[in-house]
Amino acid sequence: MKPAASSHWSGRDFPVAARELLEDSQIRSNVRHATNVIQAKRDAVTGELADWQQLRDAGEAIRAHSLAHLDFYLEQFEQGCTRAGGQVHWARDAAEANQIVLGLIQRHGVSEVLKIKTMTSEEVGLNQHLEANGIRAHETDLAELIIQLGKDKPSHFVVPALHKNRMQVREIFQREMHLPELGERPEDLASAARSYLREKFFRLKVAVSGANFLIAENGAVCIVESEGNGRMCLTLPDVLISLVGIEKVLPRFRDLEVFLQTLPRSATGERMNPYNSIWTGVREGDGPKEFHVVLLDNRRSPILADAESRQTLQCIRCAACLNACPVYHQTGGHAYESVYAGPIGAILTPQLHSMEEGRSLPYASSLCGACYEVCPVKINIPEVLIHLRGKIVEEEQKTLAGQLGMWNLGMAAAAMLFASASRLSLAQRLGQIVQKIFVNRDGMIEHLPFPLSGWTQTRDLKPLPKQSFRQWWAERTPPGEESIGDPDRAGQAAGRGGSDGQ
Amino acid sequence: MDSSFSARSEVLRSIRSALGQRMEADRIAAQYGALPRDYKRAGTLSQEDRLQLFLRRLEEYGAGVKRIASHGIREEIGGQLAARGCRRLVIPYDLPAAWLPLSFEFTPYGGEGKLSSSLGATELDGMDGVLTGCTVAVAETGSIVLQSGPHQGPRALTLAPDYHLCLVFADQVVETVPESFAVLDSTSCLPTTFFSGPSATADIEMTRIKGVHGPRFLDVLVVE
Repeated sequence: MKPAASSHWSGRDFPVAARELLEDSQIRSNVRHATNVIQAKRDAVTGELADWQQLRDAGEAIRAHSLAHLDFYLEQFEQGCTRAGGQVHWARDAAEANQIVLGLIQRHGVSEVLKIKTMTSEEVGLNQHLEANGIRAHETDLAELIIQLGKDKPSHFVVPALHKNRMQVREIFQREMHLPELGERPEDLASAARSYLREKFFRLKVAVSGANFLIAENGAVCIVESEGNGRMCLTLPDVLISLVGIEKVLPRFRDLEVFLQTLPRSATGERMNPYNSIWTGVREGDGPKEFHVVLLDNRRSPILADAESRQTLQCIRCAACLNACPVYHQTGGHAYESVYAGPIGAILTPQLHSMEEGRSLPYASSLCGACYEVCPVKINIPEVLIHLRGKIVEEEQKTLAGQLGMWNLGMAAAAMLFASASRLSLAQRLGQIVQKIFVNRDGMIEHLPFPLSGWTQTRDLKPLPKQSFRQWWAERTPPGEESIGDPDRAGQAAGRGGSDGQ
Repeated sequence: MDSSFSARSEVLRSIRSALGQRMEADRIAAQYGALPRDYKRAGTLSQEDRLQLFLRRLEEYGAGVKRIASHGIREEIGGQLAARGCRRLVIPYDLPAAWLPLSFEFTPYGGEGKLSSSLGATELDGMDGVLTGCTVAVAETGSIVLQSGPHQGPRALTLAPDYHLCLVFADQVVETVPESFAVLDSTSCLPTTFFSGPSATADIEMTRIKGVHGPRFLDVLVVE
């Protein structure tokens, strides 16, 4: 079955999309402000916990264990949920998930549904599918409402409208809610959203949500939120449908004692977010009469087979890596052209497309490691980025175009150069002479001729120093210790290193 | 074979083939039991420090807080409601009558055998507020947990009204999140709600604003 929609919006590569966004100074200043605020709050509330690293260790271990036995825990979840009166559905891909949710809604003959913010539904394009079938989905999270009314796209998966400031939000609300007099204080805007949605909470009979966690041992579902729109949607309507990725399962209820500490502190920099709801199936007189969970694979299961990148699925969607990333900080989320932006998006998006799309994303990183440092489940994102780059290179090398591509030829040339000490020192000497015409007044190289221009397009180079390390070393090596400084042996070692690094 | 059945088996088969040989249940359980859990589980504060921390956290969220004596519950509730200008309140049907001050109108919600109350969400919304107890509270995070247990009622009760007055007994306050899970674990199938302050959002420029869809006003009385 072909996916109905793609979590990757277009075929544009990251550098192309990023260039456009970098010119939008409004977005840049909004993103910079918001990420700075969250970062500072996050640092304060994680720093105050003496056991923060132990919580990260436990979180990593629990998530890795859940994934290693995913089929076991999913079946356990299904049993628990069913026993408690819930109904569990399985969807192989986006199209199947959309079809299941649409079918459940149509059974109740309604034309409007409530939505709680869920990136999984963005991933499958649920709203568009419902719209095409005559069903209007009302987003109830404030940020998602801003996105929906502004016909925009999310740029962050905890604060999707982070790229909009209060004036922009006011404009959208004034226009779409017909409130010409609306003020610009965040309080005014929140209160407008409250009145706009309140009638819908009380009137509509069906709600669609995602979930933060599934609990295998008893079939419970957990949703973490701020505003209370989540509680409204999962308490007041008669029917609740939760669309959840298969990776979100935890073995036991008590595992939440780890994640309800690490998730809020990482996501919004709060000790605890305002509301967490945990429920199991249906309960008479309390909440919906009908509850469905749709378990979505959508190319998650093949990721489990790759031992190095399996950790991608440990993610609990806190977005701390986005806020910490120097690349995201500059470009914001839209440059990733994906529901899942930032460092985690850079590894998740291409894998969710079997490496057929989003192939520029693993390169959208300086590999500085800030994402790994803040990750509450210790996903080694730089390691996975490099692993995925390697996969892309290996695939490209299988084609003739790839073999003859600039990168491959350049890397082959570099490997040849580094494989021999005499070739390297000859190249260095040549470089020292030729570079002189390219060094500018500030002592930097801004432009190199083709084919090296590709490298200097986005970076300035420091010129080669007058004396290379090897030349310096050769001058210092006392007689009789030739073997340590033996250029050819050292050269071979460097050559091996060089080809590994490709 | 209908499509839902084949989707299930296909997803499970795909997971299985990616993971390799499946382990036996008791070995999975043993592996789970050996996972590292070196984080802080038991609290270390004295009762007084714990209560002070709890109250401080709630105040930071913008909730009203007060410590009261157990013999003064009725009077304190009366004082609090009067100060908030509330007159018509909804209460869980099992709230002790001894808590309820006169001269206010209390409507019980739910009850044995008729859990679905006659009050709809719109009626609840029309009330001045709701008065409840709780199951457990966490000092470190300023959180209160409702589990549809005694004096708490179903979830809609504490959601639709705009004002929530919550009674927390001092011995219900634990220090850490893991301690609260130890209390909740045996009844984990009940609908469980953690709330930490009044409803809030930071979706606009990361400014925390009180009051979106949940109760916008929260007062907590800690009973010693």
